[in-house]
Amino acid sequence: MFGFFSSKQHLSRGVHVPECKELTEHLPIRRLPFAPMLIVPLSQHSGAPAVALVKEGQEVVRGEPIARANGFVSVPMHAPATGRVERIALAPTSRGELQTAIYIKPWPSASQEVLYGADQDIEHMTPDGIIAAVQATGVVGLGGAAFPTHVKMKVPAGCTIDTIVVNGCECEPYLTTDHRVMAEYPQQVVHGARIMMKAMGAPKAIIGVEDNKMDAVEALRKAIGPATDVTVGVVEAKYPQGAEKMLIEVLLGRQVPSGGLPSEIGVAVFNVATLAQLGELLPRSQGLIERVITITGPAVSKPGNYLVALGTPLRWALEQAGCVDEPASVILGGPMMGPSCSSLDIPITKGVSGILVLTKKEVQARPKQVHPCIKCGACVEACPLHLNPSRMGLLARKERYEEMESDFHLNDCFECGCCSYVCPANIPLVQYFRVSKQMNRERKARERAQANG
Amino acid sequence: MAGMGTLLAALLAIADKKLYVYEDPRIDEVEEMLPKANCGACGCAGCRAFAEKAVKGEIAPGKCTVSTPAGIVQIAAFLGVNAGKEEKRVAKLACAGGTHVAKNRANYGGMESCRAAALVGGGGKGCSWGCLGQGDCDRACTFDAIYMDAHGLPVVMEDKCTACGDCVRACPKDLFSIHPVSHRLWVACKNLLHGDLAESECEVACTACGRCAADAPGLIQIVNNLAVVDYSRNSLATRKPTERCPTGAIVWFDEKQGIVKGLEAKKITRKTPLPVEQAKLAVHG
Repeated sequence: MFGFFSSKQHLSRGVHVPECKELTEHLPIRRLPFAPMLIVPLSQHSGAPAVALVKEGQEVVRGEPIARANGFVSVPMHAPATGRVERIALAPTSRGELQTAIYIKPWPSASQEVLYGADQDIEHMTPDGIIAAVQATGVVGLGGAAFPTHVKMKVPAGCTIDTIVVNGCECEPYLTTDHRVMAEYPQQVVHGARIMMKAMGAPKAIIGVEDNKMDAVEALRKAIGPATDVTVGVVEAKYPQGAEKMLIEVLLGRQVPSGGLPSEIGVAVFNVATLAQLGELLPRSQGLIERVITITGPAVSKPGNYLVALGTPLRWALEQAGCVDEPASVILGGPMMGPSCSSLDIPITKGVSGILVLTKKEVQARPKQVHPCIKCGACVEACPLHLNPSRMGLLARKERYEEMESDFHLNDCFECGCCSYVCPANIPLVQYFRVSKQMNRERKARERAQANG
Repeated sequence: MAGMGTLLAALLAIADKKLYVYEDPRIDEVEEMLPKANCGACGCAGCRAFAEKAVKGEIAPGKCTVSTPAGIVQIAAFLGVNAGKEEKRVAKLACAGGTHVAKNRANYGGMESCRAAALVGGGGKGCSWGCLGQGDCDRACTFDAIYMDAHGLPVVMEDKCTACGDCVRACPKDLFSIHPVSHRLWVACKNLLHGDLAESECEVACTACGRCAADAPGLIQIVNNLAVVDYSRNSLATRKPTERCPTGAIVWFDEKQGIVKGLEAKKITRKTPLPVEQAKLAVHG
């Protein structure tokens, strides 16, 4: 009996959301054709935008570096297809602003073979060598944050990493990207985890998977075989189990200090899709040119898990997957945290893990009327970080942003959306917190500018 | 107990005499005459700080933009100084893309706030630089000097505006700036796209055609596909550069007629909002 309890750990807070994964969870990954024009923005990651290496009119080969990293917190870009650089111009992005992008027109007759890259022996590389090699692949956190992976691999001075946590929870409803990657590429995931262990000097790795993906667990266990350095930890399916702080607490029983990083408690967390890509690309020193995304939702006629070239415009991807009805709302990522996008002309970038398309029916079913807070405490019960969203929401309405940060730990909030989800008054709490964080950032920038004269 | 009370009272009495800080009584009186809006438009940290500086002679009473002219004369007479002539400054909006001329890519349906809208896919406006029309500036204005017009654009009432700068800070798109009223030539656009690309999103966008720059050499320059007026040479400004503007993006703030477009600017007769283009996407929080 105790064995049963210890094999499945629980998240104390959070919410049970309808999973809606049955649409795509058993569909194998399929490749989408190349769009007539691929748009590769120079800033698909957190950090400094990459610097273009190609000129307009130049011909590029699939996998060729087309932009170099600008500093350490930046990654290079690689050509997603063999073709011609049509122009380097502004392109719309998911954040609404226009950013410089490289437009590549793939050649219909090209073999699209990746000719770039050479075998490299990771076994005999130094940790710093591996970090540099990871940066060269252009891999970023594919779970959605798009933070450069090699930056996370740099262990801060004074910290030692004893465990690599591999995040295969995928707790967002609808998304099945990570699920399919684990089920179909378990070898690459395990190989990626071992590369991380070597680079960061960690003796073990745990792959955390929710108990609604037991086929993925089986596949991973088979790939690991008798080895004991990598294990699979099965956790309860609950939202937001896939948040790194939550996963560390459930798997290892350790808490990340407020405002701190997992490295302070000897842990580093990576997404499974990120590690699968590294396991695949690093031994051949190739670049990241495609990723798996889930295209799903009630408005999609052929929902599925698709391997798409980076830079594929949303419109093309949705045309390929087929829309039952006119899309009424398109969300990049999952419905809990994913931002809805305002244009279909934006390209799929490294951080997009799924496209959720809703019909008019769902959009109209959203309650519009916002009622006053009755202090029922549902949000306090739901917040996985034990914050007080109710109180912070009231403060945000009064524009007391500073107090929210100093007294109520606003900056610990990672915007999982549990509070907004459970709020019976339909108060847009997460939106309040996003605005509050931005106002605080702006105020600090103003104060810094004043202090500097 | 009584002894202790007497002792402490005596101590307080001595402290009152010994630790007395002389403060010019005129500061209180000047503060009384000020509007007490604490808006900061004068550059001081509130009305009290302004009164202190005015009494010391470091700032002219005219620097207070909220007081009525009579109020300023009263303060100047009280202090026996020159009122100082401060040119009236007002907030100006660098966007004219109301719902009847600017396209929307999606319907924004989240909380009523430009800040929040800007954080969700840019808010659904076709132009990335344009006004989102949720009225953050209207709510931020302490003096009720801003109202939202029928096309969802904020309008600054010059007589009420005190140039305090609250709207400048409120706008997530940085569309407001404070200008002296003598800056009559004004580019009401921030779009950095060129030609048809700019005009395809908004009918009154600056297309960087360069006609205004050609008509006012030295005063107007095209920088990053946008006409920029060099206000250090404001004395050269005339209505001429607005005349040939095809979209009416560059305008003249006339004292009597208000905002005047050039003769060649295309006439906008539409009153109703433009429909949302392409797939009608809903954007929410």
